[in-house]
Amino acid sequence: MASLPPIDLPRGATGAGAFDALAEGGENNVLFGFLLRLGDDSLILGQRLSEWTGHAPSVEVDLSLANIALDLVGQATHFLNHAGEVEGKGRDGDALAFRRDVLDFRNCWLVEQPNGDFAQTMARQLLFSGWQKLLFQALLGSRDATVAAVAEKAVKEVTYHEELAAEWVIRLGDGTEESRRRMQDGLEWMWRFVPELFDMDPLAAFVAEHGLGADLAALRPAWDRRVRSVIEQATLRVPADQRPILGGRRGHHSEHLGHLLCTMQFLPRTYPDATW
Amino acid sequence: MYTTELQKTKAVAGTEDPDKLAAFEARVAADEFIEPKDWMPEAYRRTLTRQISQHAHSEIVGMLPEGNWITRAPSLRRKAILLAKVQDEAGHGLYLYSAAETLGTSREEMIEALHSGKAKYSTIFNYPTLTWADIGAIGWLVDGAAIMNQVPLQRTSYGPYARAMVRVCKEESFHQRQGYEIMMHLAAGTPEQKRMAQDALNRWWWPSLMMFGPPDADSPNTAQSMRWRIKRETNDELRQKFVDITVPQAEALGLSVPDPVLAWNEEKGGHDFGEIDWEEFYAVVRGEGPVAKERMKARRDAWEEGAWVREAAAAYAEKHARKAEAA
Repeated sequence: MASLPPIDLPRGATGAGAFDALAEGGENNVLFGFLLRLGDDSLILGQRLSEWTGHAPSVEVDLSLANIALDLVGQATHFLNHAGEVEGKGRDGDALAFRRDVLDFRNCWLVEQPNGDFAQTMARQLLFSGWQKLLFQALLGSRDATVAAVAEKAVKEVTYHEELAAEWVIRLGDGTEESRRRMQDGLEWMWRFVPELFDMDPLAAFVAEHGLGADLAALRPAWDRRVRSVIEQATLRVPADQRPILGGRRGHHSEHLGHLLCTMQFLPRTYPDATW
Repeated sequence: MYTTELQKTKAVAGTEDPDKLAAFEARVAADEFIEPKDWMPEAYRRTLTRQISQHAHSEIVGMLPEGNWITRAPSLRRKAILLAKVQDEAGHGLYLYSAAETLGTSREEMIEALHSGKAKYSTIFNYPTLTWADIGAIGWLVDGAAIMNQVPLQRTSYGPYARAMVRVCKEESFHQRQGYEIMMHLAAGTPEQKRMAQDALNRWWWPSLMMFGPPDADSPNTAQSMRWRIKRETNDELRQKFVDITVPQAEALGLSVPDPVLAWNEEKGGHDFGEIDWEEFYAVVRGEGPVAKERMKARRDAWEEGAWVREAAAAYAEKHARKAEAA
């Protein structure tokens, strides 16, 4: 479907100067912003997972992590190309992936977190893929035909990602003393980034109201049931909630994202006139 | 990826039952496949175990030089292709280890042999990937050389190895095309991109020729391997084919092959080319390649740092097998 007219959103629900307010000069085109959130989540996690390639605990794990990364890069390509069309300024997915700086990225904090050990990687994957699966299921009914089509393909992919992560969380939690400790630590480490996934800021509320996006807060109960059941099967504890860390959706990120972008964007930045 | 014959099998001639040996050789000569449960001479088993496990190790170590560029691939398309390619290599490693296991050596034993330095892998992976053009050059030259080696292996006498090669060859031909396509793009690009492309060809050309292994005169195992149809063409024959196919491809790119002696020889219907620095080759086989230590360290680190994961998976499986039994 055609893009929506640009819609100005209030400058951050929490007011000027708050960490989770919109980054200075931030883009207000709602559909564009929504597509960046989807595309950047997949891109940044795909980039993170691809760091494992050749270094995983076994060849089988290497294969599955590369496979997940590949799915995510594919999703990112679709969402970011579409974002570029919607924006209408001649940028394509590559321009968006390789020529934006931190303040213009719209991914959540969870996906930009370093891999840590394999338990942390699997904790991140369970929390994120569990959310992405519910999100894509909801987006099957999006009024944006491209979003619905990508979601239809991607929901199968992320269902597998979530199952794989769940299996590992259970195996590690209920494995040896060491793996149990590491798996609990991994969940504790990643848990503080969960609330951001379900945060209904004005943009999220707008796209949900207009049938483009999903009501994220409404996904939380199903997510809780699933994740709690996995953690229980893993004989682990559900970590305690803390004050939400927000800001990623509006361009305010952890320190890790800048370093990730340095690596990822190095060639297009160094040779601005080249095509590859 | 492919591996050259880097270690020698000690002769065990004269210890086999002559009737069984004659029957085995007759089957091989008739181009029958030998299967895991069939009788085979001990030297055949050892040669194959060594060759297939080296091949598997090469796939796994070979993930490192290319993996080095996945996070820096310059476009979303290139990133996806490279991820898929390196993932294919992990897959090749996996079914090659499985093929080798049918000969009676476990994957753990093979990996231990790699990490202790006892087992070898292709010398080519002991060179560093410096620029994006190296990803193009590896696909074009290294996978090109691998295909040259592996196509005849689809008819190698050991069934599981031959069948693995059928699938591997299909994927390798995609790898080679993507490498050449990267090179085409760079060679037609900015002066900086052309420079990268030429520099990559300069550095990868000779190591690629070395991938075919020592000259036939210095490859004492070749005769036996040819007789048992483990090998179907000699090192020098394959190397010549590779040069003849690759030189026109370099010309099409507008790049120059770093060999002043290289010239078409009408009489032999092939290229003459310069002397390979065999001293460098044997040094790299001994583990003295420019990044050999880094490659081995990366593999050992991945294995050791992942030990707790493998132990946990085993402990979980055992626990649940016991529960299932008790139920």
